Amino acid sequence: MIRFTATRLLSLSLSLLMASAVVFAVVEVIPGDPASYMLGLNAAPEAIIALRNELGLNGSLWTRYAGWVTGMMTGDFGTSYTYRVPVSDLIAQRLWVSLPLALFALLLSMLIAFPVGLIAAARRGKPSDYAIMGITQLGIAVPNFWFAMLLVLVFAINLQWFNAGGFAGWENGLLTGLKSLTLPAIALALPQASILARVMRSSLLETLTQDYIRTARAKGLSRAQTLRRHALRNAMIPVLTIIGLQFSFLIAGGIIIENVFYLPGLGRLIFQAITQRDLVVVESVVMLLVFAVIIVTFLVDIAYAAVDPRLRSGR
Amino acid sequence: MISLQNLTLAIHGTPILADVSFEIPQGQISGLVGESGSGKSMTALALMQLLPQGSVVGGRITVEGADIFTLSESEMCALRGNEISMIFQEPMTALNPVQTIGAQVAETLFIHGKASKSEAAKIARQMLDRVGLPADRFPSSRYPHELSGGQRQRVCIAMAIALRPKLLIADEPTTALDVTTQAQILDLLQELVAEENMSLLLITHDLAVVAGMADHVAVMRRGELVEQGPTEQLFKTMTHPYTKQLFEASSHQPDRVGDAQGIPILEVKNAIREYAAPRTKLFHRPAPFRAVNNVSFTLMRGESLGLVGESGCGKSTLTRAILGLDPLQGGEIRLSGEPVLAGEHMPTSLRKKVQIVFQDPYGSFNPRHKVQRLVMEPFHLTQAPENSRDHVAEALETVGMEADAMDRYIFEFSGGQRQRIAIARALVLHPDLIVLDEAVSALDVSIRAQILDLLADLQTRLGLSYLFISHDLTVVRAITDRVLVMKAGEIVEQGSTEQVFTAPKHPYTQQLLDAAPVIPADWQETKHA
Repeated sequence: MIRFTATRLLSLSLSLLMASAVVFAVVEVIPGDPASYMLGLNAAPEAIIALRNELGLNGSLWTRYAGWVTGMMTGDFGTSYTYRVPVSDLIAQRLWVSLPLALFALLLSMLIAFPVGLIAAARRGKPSDYAIMGITQLGIAVPNFWFAMLLVLVFAINLQWFNAGGFAGWENGLLTGLKSLTLPAIALALPQASILARVMRSSLLETLTQDYIRTARAKGLSRAQTLRRHALRNAMIPVLTIIGLQFSFLIAGGIIIENVFYLPGLGRLIFQAITQRDLVVVESVVMLLVFAVIIVTFLVDIAYAAVDPRLRSGR
Repeated sequence: MISLQNLTLAIHGTPILADVSFEIPQGQISGLVGESGSGKSMTALALMQLLPQGSVVGGRITVEGADIFTLSESEMCALRGNEISMIFQEPMTALNPVQTIGAQVAETLFIHGKASKSEAAKIARQMLDRVGLPADRFPSSRYPHELSGGQRQRVCIAMAIALRPKLLIADEPTTALDVTTQAQILDLLQELVAEENMSLLLITHDLAVVAGMADHVAVMRRGELVEQGPTEQLFKTMTHPYTKQLFEASSHQPDRVGDAQGIPILEVKNAIREYAAPRTKLFHRPAPFRAVNNVSFTLMRGESLGLVGESGCGKSTLTRAILGLDPLQGGEIRLSGEPVLAGEHMPTSLRKKVQIVFQDPYGSFNPRHKVQRLVMEPFHLTQAPENSRDHVAEALETVGMEADAMDRYIFEFSGGQRQRIAIARALVLHPDLIVLDEAVSALDVSIRAQILDLLADLQTRLGLSYLFISHDLTVVRAITDRVLVMKAGEIVEQGSTEQVFTAPKHPYTQQLLDAAPVIPADWQETKHA
């Protein structure tokens, strides 16, 4: 297991290095000069020269890349051109919204999907199974921004249980913060939960046809014991894959929902940075998202090995 | 004493068992013999009350006088694994891959409340020792994937006997195992029956296995018991024609005379095939694993050559090299004098000279194509001729199928018919050599006898050469002129089939022959009387 973790860590570092090179290269290959691109068509030549100096564009390619990477490692992402504050501050601020939101949505998604998938599998072919399959189908089909607006209409405007948008901030207490993330989290979680529940169901049903399930029954385990003691852990493997993919998506892909609820998250930051041509911010946020996806993949790999001893010997 | 009285079973209205009655006396081995689909496994599942959904049973099954059909599901759970246990055919998949073997054996104990978790672990350890998995080599913390098939079957047995049940049901327990492993597992079962005064219901398709093991035998066909009695008496009298038929099919000797001509068709010279072994250190490349080591032999036109060995001995690897699917790392293979090369390097004109029939008649066809397309498949090597339908029809008729089979899908055919279609597919290009890779191993004995007859007949009619690969010594003896015995990548013995079987020279060959179950010779003689 230690060996497995070590090899995974090694491949994680390599992926990060490659990703940083790609992100850096993409910004480099933008035609023309980043400084004049950022300042637009009518910029004064002096302003461009000043920005070039500020961005450190005068060094060689290698020194700039090395400077960027070492900077990121020490938490220095440069200064945003439009906001005039360190990018690390911007990201930290936004991350405090996006990360809790993603975790909240993922937790909700699992809390809904696990029991629902389990019930559907245990009652295969019965009315409750059909009902669950129908509802989850709907959950996947409904666009989440529309569902988000529906939530706002019902719970914020009519019932007035929640605010329609904005983020109250964590400084006013955990509950206040969570409250303003609740509706967005539900809106994000619904399609994810629907997919996860269906994966859970089919994975369980697949597992239940295995020979070792029959062996367990022959040992004298009841149906419920067999499901709990032998089927669940084996059925988790495909479910973990989906959870990993969903978390990566939730961190990076909340742009629409953040816009609907007017949340100051990473999605909105990158969206604004792109429209304002703030390359420093774009570069850093993209790198951060890549980092998040790679870390999640790593964690999922470790989780696989924890669930399945066959994977522990390492490849 | 466990007794089945007029047991009937229907699944979704289809009758499966009719009026099955027999008794399983305490401390004895009862054999239940039949071909696939005869209902023998369903009888076992009825005893366990683990029948598939939609099953309707009738009659009575009593354990110590108590009718188990009147028990509730929770009472039945208390009985399973405790009074009646069962082991299955496929040890590779019968164990939960994510739990240790110790935990899985211990589970039987504490699930029935017979031991606390720590006691259960201790008893589980003793049970693993008992079935021949000593603690120093097989600690309880091992996972199933770290064990071989035979070792896994031992774990299953430990699990099943942990609570010293009255009855152990073994459903084809050794069918998926090599012959020497089979002998060990059967020995173990026999010992356990004697020591624990347990009953064993041994379900098998192999008459030789019951002949050597069982005190009583019941023969089953299409859901009915056709004959039962004490083993020796049943073998000697064989009152029912089906028993006789089964017996004759199992030792069937097709009519054939070896017709080897002096022309070599396949020459293998010092063939070496290596695989890269998995890396254990980052910067150190381990020595490659040598699966085929310096193998040489020649197969003559019109000859049938057997290749015998246990799983993992390298026979499949060698086959892949002969078919030009994998490259050799040393030596050479020649087909009709031309070198066999892997992949694109081998001209299709050479490829069409050798065709193969695989073991699994269910897995070796694309289910979405019709038989015509399946049989035509080898034509991609040549260009389909104008009248390809005629060629397919001819090939199908050669193997004893109707030509109109070509417009049907493969799932409409039985295992034996599929294997005929597989042979038709191999024949359609008129090859010189057919490689038969365990081609009859998945078939019932009566079907197997028919296919062997067909192969013998085709060889005589078409002058084919066969490379017959099998782990089944009886079959190899019946269909080959010469035999190669392979062990750990090397040919340890070769010679004419009769000579190798009657006077084996290499200790490994002797070991293989000793391990193969046989029906005692004096039981067989009386059947002609």
